[in-house]
Parts: sequence; C-alpha cells; structure tokens
Amino acid sequence: MNKKIEIKICMGTGGIAAGGTEVRDSFESSLKDRNISAELQMGCDVHKVGCRGLCAKDVLVDVIVNNQKTTYQYIKPNMISRIIDEHIIGGDPVGEWSVAEDYHNFHEKQVKVVLSDCGNIDPESIDAYIAVNGYKATEQVLKNMTPQDVVEVMKKSGLRGRGGAGFPTGVKWEVCRGVESDQKYIICNADEGDPGAFMDRAVIEGNPHAVIEGMIIGAYAIGASKGYVYIRAEYPLAIERLVHAIKEATERGFLGKNILGSDFSFSIKLKLGAGAFVCGEETALIASIEGQRGMPRAKPPFPVYKGLWGKPTVINNVETLANIPYIIRNGAEWFSSYGTEKSKGTKVFALTGKVKNTGLIEVPMGITLKEIIYDIGGGIEGGKTLKAVQTGGPSGGCLTPDMLDINVDYESLAKVGSIVGSGGMIALDEDDCMVNVAKYFLQFTQAESCGKCVPCRIGTKRLLEMLDRITKGLGKEEDLALLESLSNDVKATSLCGLGQTAPNPILSTLKYFKDEYEAHIRDKRCPAGVCKDLLTYSILEQFCTGCGACMRACPAGAITGEKKKLHTIDPDLCIKCGACFDVCKFKSVKKS
Amino acid sequence: MVTITIDGKKIEIPENTTVLEAARMLDIPIPTLCHHPKLTPFGGCRMCIVEIKGIPRPVTSCTTPVSEGMEVATSTAQLEGLRKTVMELILSDHPNDCMICEKAGACTLQELAYFYGVRENRLAGERRTYTKKDGNPFIERDLEKCILCSRCVKACDEIQGVEAIDFGYRGFKSKICTSYEKDLDCEFCGQCVAVCPTGAHTGKQWAFKGRQKDIREIDTVCPYCGTGCNITLHVRKSVSGEEVVRVTSKEDTWNEGWLCVKGRFGYKFINNPDRLTKPLIRITPKDREASGVKREENSPYDSHLTPYELFREATWDEALDYVASRLKEIKEKHGADSIGGLSSARCTNEENYLFQKFIRAVIGTNNIDHCARL
Repeated sequence: MNKKIEIKICMGTGGIAAGGTEVRDSFESSLKDRNISAELQMGCDVHKVGCRGLCAKDVLVDVIVNNQKTTYQYIKPNMISRIIDEHIIGGDPVGEWSVAEDYHNFHEKQVKVVLSDCGNIDPESIDAYIAVNGYKATEQVLKNMTPQDVVEVMKKSGLRGRGGAGFPTGVKWEVCRGVESDQKYIICNADEGDPGAFMDRAVIEGNPHAVIEGMIIGAYAIGASKGYVYIRAEYPLAIERLVHAIKEATERGFLGKNILGSDFSFSIKLKLGAGAFVCGEETALIASIEGQRGMPRAKPPFPVYKGLWGKPTVINNVETLANIPYIIRNGAEWFSSYGTEKSKGTKVFALTGKVKNTGLIEVPMGITLKEIIYDIGGGIEGGKTLKAVQTGGPSGGCLTPDMLDINVDYESLAKVGSIVGSGGMIALDEDDCMVNVAKYFLQFTQAESCGKCVPCRIGTKRLLEMLDRITKGLGKEEDLALLESLSNDVKATSLCGLGQTAPNPILSTLKYFKDEYEAHIRDKRCPAGVCKDLLTYSILEQFCTGCGACMRACPAGAITGEKKKLHTIDPDLCIKCGACFDVCKFKSVKKS
Repeated sequence: MVTITIDGKKIEIPENTTVLEAARMLDIPIPTLCHHPKLTPFGGCRMCIVEIKGIPRPVTSCTTPVSEGMEVATSTAQLEGLRKTVMELILSDHPNDCMICEKAGACTLQELAYFYGVRENRLAGERRTYTKKDGNPFIERDLEKCILCSRCVKACDEIQGVEAIDFGYRGFKSKICTSYEKDLDCEFCGQCVAVCPTGAHTGKQWAFKGRQKDIREIDTVCPYCGTGCNITLHVRKSVSGEEVVRVTSKEDTWNEGWLCVKGRFGYKFINNPDRLTKPLIRITPKDREASGVKREENSPYDSHLTPYELFREATWDEALDYVASRLKEIKEKHGADSIGGLSSARCTNEENYLFQKFIRAVIGTNNIDHCARL
C-alpha cells in the first residue's frame, strides 16, 4: 500500500477549544466504521498536529491524498462524512469548506523556522519528529563537534535571545562555557506571561522535541549535565506534551546517561511556575526553582557566573532553544541569510488586536510593519483605520501608522521607543483609547510587581492612579509632566526589567498621542469613546422610533418611554455599558 | 586588591567589597534604608544608587562589587533627584504620625525625609491600611509603617535561623507576614526589632516610656547566661526613681548587637519590688519558735510563711562568713565527700572554673556538677 491518506487535525490549545478532539474522534470512527482503508487500498493515518497560526479559523484540518494537500477551515464533526464521501472517496475536495485566499495570504510572507514542524507533525510522537530529521542535530553535535564548535556555530548564526532582551545566544554560551565549575545548569524559560502572547506555548505544544533538542545541544556546549524547564502551570497541554516528550526522549536514549554512546549525560526536570509574571525575569526564576519567593536580585553576578544553586547557569527562552536544532542541521549561513545585519533569523509574533487575521506568525527579521499588518494580518477589520501597533507587551511601546515602513528588528524598534520583546503585537484602530491602553498595561505590571523595590512597588501604583484619574476626567494639567517625570524615575531606579520597562507604554503613548491625554484632561473627553466616565448616552429625537429595543437591552433599567414615542435615558441610572448603542437599528443612540 | 575612585578619592580594597562598603571606608555618606552591614544585600530601597562610569543606568552601591579602575559618583543632581523621588514614593505610603511614633528621633526614614526635605508629597495616593492584631506579648508589628526593606526577614533567617516571617502577597499589597498571617509565634529574640529602620517593629513594653533624648544609656553585660552578651540599658528617670525602659545591644560588641528574648525583653525584674538586692539567711524553725512564731502541725515546709518570715536580710560579710563556717563544720563532722557543688550555666567559664577549683581544692571533693548536664 504505497498510497496513503493523511489527515492532520490542529490540536493546539486553540484547536482543542474549537472542538479538535471531537473532530479527530469523528474522523477516526467514520474511517474505521466505513473501513475506508481497505476499501481504497490505502493506509489511512489520522493524527493531531500543533498550532498552525491562524487559530481564528480552527478547527483546521489537512487532508492529504496522494501527496495532494487540501486544508479545510471551521470544521465541525458533522461535516466529516461529506469530506470522506466527496474528497477521500470521490477524489474531489469540498471547495466551499477549504481555506480561501486570506489563509494563503496569511502564510505567504511568513518564513517558518521555529514553527516549520509545528502544525505538521504529531507533537506526541517522537517518531514523527525523527521522521522530519529530528535529533539529527544532536547526533551531529555529539559525534562530530566539540562544544567549542557548537558555540562557534551559534555565534556565527547571529541568533539572539528571543525572550525580549536579544542577547546573543552564542556569546552567552561561550561565557558560561568558560566558567570553571563542578556543576552547570541550562534552564528553558517557558514562563511566558505577557498578556496576549502565546508563542512559547504554541512551540511547546506543537513541537516539544525541538525545545528538548535545543536544550541538549546547549547543555553539551556549556558543559551542563542538568536542565530545568520552568513552565507556567497555566499551560496544562504544553506541560502534558513536554512531560511525554521528555519520557520518550529518555526511552530512546536522547536524554539520560551517555547519550548516543558518548560521554555526555544530560537530564531535564520540569518546574511549574505558580503564576507570577516576574518569574520570567531570570534571577526571580532561579529563586523560584530554588524554592524561594520569586523575587529578582541585582545583577552582577550574572547567572552565567552564579545562577541556580550558585552554579553557572544559562537561561534561554523556548523560541531561542527551538531554533537551535534547525541552525545546527542547516548551518549558520542558512540561518543568518534571514534577517538584517544585526538581527538574524526569524521571529515569532502573536499578532492580535484589530487585524483581520489574528494568530501566530513567524516572519524574517527586518520585514516591514506594513507587510505584517496588511499582507499577513489582512489589514484592519471593518474598514477602520489603523491608529497604532503596540509591540513588546507591557514592556513595549507604540508605533504609529506613519512608521509602517519601519523594519521589524531589535534596533529599528528600539530607535522609535518600542521593543521586539517576547513577540506580542497588537493592532489598534480608531476605537481604541491610547490612555486606556497605557492604563491596561500599567494595571498588569502594577499587579505583577513583586514588591521588592520601591519604584516598581509604589511608583507603578502612583502611575496607575494618575492614569485612572485621567480616564475618569479628574486629571489635572500638571499630571502630564508628573506622569512623564515619574515614569522616567521609575525606569531609572527600578531593580529589574519589569520595573525598568513598566512605564514604557505611558512614555510611548505620551510621545505619540499626547493630544488624547490632553483631550481627557482639558476637555474631559475621550476621543475614541472608550473611557466610560467621560461618556454620556442620549437618544436623538429625530431618529427614535420608539421601538423599545434599547429599553429591553438596558441592564440597568435606565431607559423609559412609551411604545412608538421618544425614549429617554436617565443619566443617574445609566451604567454606560453601551448595550443601547449596539442594539439600536436607527442610530438614534448618541455616544458623546 | 583593586583600586577604585569614589567622588575623586582613590582607595585600594579587596575584590569582594561592595561599592557601598568602599564608600563608607572613605567616610563618604550614601543614604541607605534596606542595607544592614551584617545581612546579605537586598537592593530594594534604591536609596544607595550611584553612577558608575561605563554603566548607562544608576546602580545600587550595596549590591555592586568593586572592580579595578571603577569610577564612582555618589552624589550628582540626577542621583539626588532620583533619591528624592524614591523618598517621596516611600513616604506616600507611610503614615505621617512621627508625633506619636515610638521610633521618632531614632528613625532612619524620618532622618532621610528630613534630609531630603520631603513633607508635601506630589505623589500622594492610596496608602496601605492594616489593623494591628498581633497578640504576641513582646513585638509590636505596625505594618503600615513597614517600608519592606526586608531587614527583619533577613535577620530572622540569616542570624536567628528561624524564618518566622517573610514577604507575602505581591506588588503594592506586599507585606511582611508570618505563614497564614497568624500571630507571631517565634523565639521573640527581637532581632527584627533591632534591625527595623522605621517604627514598624518595636517592643510592646517600650510604648510611651520615653523619647531617646531623655534616656541615659548604660552599657553592661547581660546577666542571664554565661554567653555574656553586651547590652545597653536605656534608663529614664521616673516618679519612682530610675527605670529601665528598654534594652538594646550595640553592633560593635562581640555579640554584634544580637540578643535573645531574655536579654532583650526580660528586663522587667530590674525594677520589680520582689527582686533580691541583699543576701538572705534562712531563719531556722528553732530561732523562729524562739521569737514566738509557732510551727503549724501539718505544714512541715512552712508553706504558710512569707519569704520575709523565712529569711532575714544580711550583709555580704555576714553571709559569706556564715557559709564558710557552716561548710567547715560539715566537712569536719561528715568529711569532704558529704559536700557537693552544683554550678550554673548563667556563670561565665571563668566563674565555673573557679567554682570547680573551689570544690576540688578547697573543699576536697570531686562532687561537682553543672546544670547544663542535667
């Protein structure tokens, strides 16, 4: 049976949430019940794959018949019998359910390195990973390369840390390699915590073996015999797949004593984070593994000299590690052929917000912002205009529409006051209030501050209080200067990266959208119509038909009026939820 | 050894020294709140920030080790501005009640607020409010005054090894608490009280007993055990004479300022009217009966009698002569082995040595033991 039918079902967290498990069960039972494999004289393989990026169209299913791939979107269990009938048996794909142009546009400008096998192979099968040359890099490294060779390749590739800071990975490894110690550690930082970011989760869920392989190679290069994966407990599926992958890799001899017959031994332990954002900071992460409260300490000494249990430790982000097997297999030149002069390779972004195609994307460094937003993201939803792109999550800043031609890489974003960060990218349109955006991020950083140093513990609180006052119309003219000076002082005096970058969303919005702040303070007006306390809802007499729809929708009972007569809103009762505005067909509810 | 320059002054120091320590050796003042010379550096208060040539942002001098050729500036307009902001932030979350605070006059925070002239606060905002509810007998914990410097946590852990307290919660809501926020139930050594730079930890017995300026400090040795910790009695004139209102210990003593619960809080006996201040000689039943007091039938141990009816005051000469003569009598009549000596852990090594020498060489017996062996 040379011919083969392969069905790949997206079962990352997004796919499962959309019903991936049911779709898979349904495929399996239908194919079995109808004995398709025997009928068509073909092997029939149904398996799960990791995230393929466009979660909005889940459940995505690939049906591959005789190497001809058709991808279906929005698949539900009740659609399966038709796919089997028409496509698998009839040989004619169901055109109306297969993905359209936007799916292809979404992928066209992407370059997949880290995600190349995500969404393609079964993450719960080591054989699937080995079938796509998995663990070849480990073999190559252990048999043909010295640790110094590995470091040289990494340095030559130009790979920089994907967790946010962008420190060259090869240099970090080389420093740690040069430190004498009886024990060293390598830690995979999978404590992904930026709101809206899910790159690392998708990589672990979609291809956990690549991360493990990256760790093995890293451990070999620096001379570590033990590794930890610090992963947040809120990622149950990623943990499950990682635990399974570590077990499989140990059984096959890729982990454990004398790996592949060499002198090199390496084992990996998992440490589950308890939900503190600050534990993504490396010294806090180390404290957490050691069983202490997750609080950062001052550097130096850097972890490469004094890390976990006081021993030299390298901490790499998930995405960084997942790049490594591909760099070893394909060579440093191949990797550095992507990207710009100083930012090599590709970067995974979680593209969210008001773009049409939200999801996980991998693009070469240096791609323009325009290509990401308009070509990959498909532009702004609902024909609205782009107001800003927020990058780097709570530590990042905003880019304005006139910066669309900017290259997305470490240096170019830093130049305009933003960062690549761990890879969050949020598109904002005219309905987003920039003061509110800054307030949202400050709420997050303020709540996630560990409480150790004064500027972060109290400073972010005061910044948030000021933003809160402004969005409530209680802001004073002098608040603008105070916001800016306190932001700068908090940045200058905070202990760790959390506090040092927490004011960035304020400084960036103040720089590019000062007029919005001024409107809130001077005119007590929110230009985007977001800040509730500055809104009033009223009903326009000339349009109201007295249909009563708004009255029925109002959860506060604030709207009164007789049938077919003008309705009115009692401002004292109105909770400004906007339900009347959304429900009115005659545009008679005015928001001002 | 490395050579560094701080504010233009050169100093040669060992490599593992911190910039702060180096500055202090040069008598260059750098304000600190969370730093304590006997505890590991924390780096939380951010007051000790300095500028180091080649490092783009200010760094905390308490956590930064020196390195060859380092050039440090400890006081620039930029640094003082940042320090003032940090002070304003701390004070924006601190009750403004120095008037009735036990620590006033000896409070590092108050001193720095004065130094930086912070009173009106442009950063005023929400303050943490807590109800004092710790029912322990010794340590008053007023968490509203706490600036989370961690000195108490570190003293409890690194000095005492007890770990009774640690940080709880996150961000603005962080506070120092016991596990499950129960009442403090530790050794009550009070190291936390000793290291607190504000009025967050004070002795319960100290409350409203007097300001430091009215207090005479007397250095002495703790009488509780043979360790011999140096203590400082804080004595204040009161209606009934002089009263010990607090005990502390100085950092430059051999016990480095650390004490135990007895030394720090067990001082009330000093002013207790029942305290023995003169030797007492027991009144024998025979003498008592001769003076007219009758012995009760079923009370062989004279338990109905007060101490003053059982003993009479004597001078030291009389007491010592009495003991010597009685010991001599017993030895002559019953032999040296009829006498035994039991020494005390409260005595010093020297005293214990002398006592065993006395029992062995003067009395002539080996019947000597010590309470620590019981």
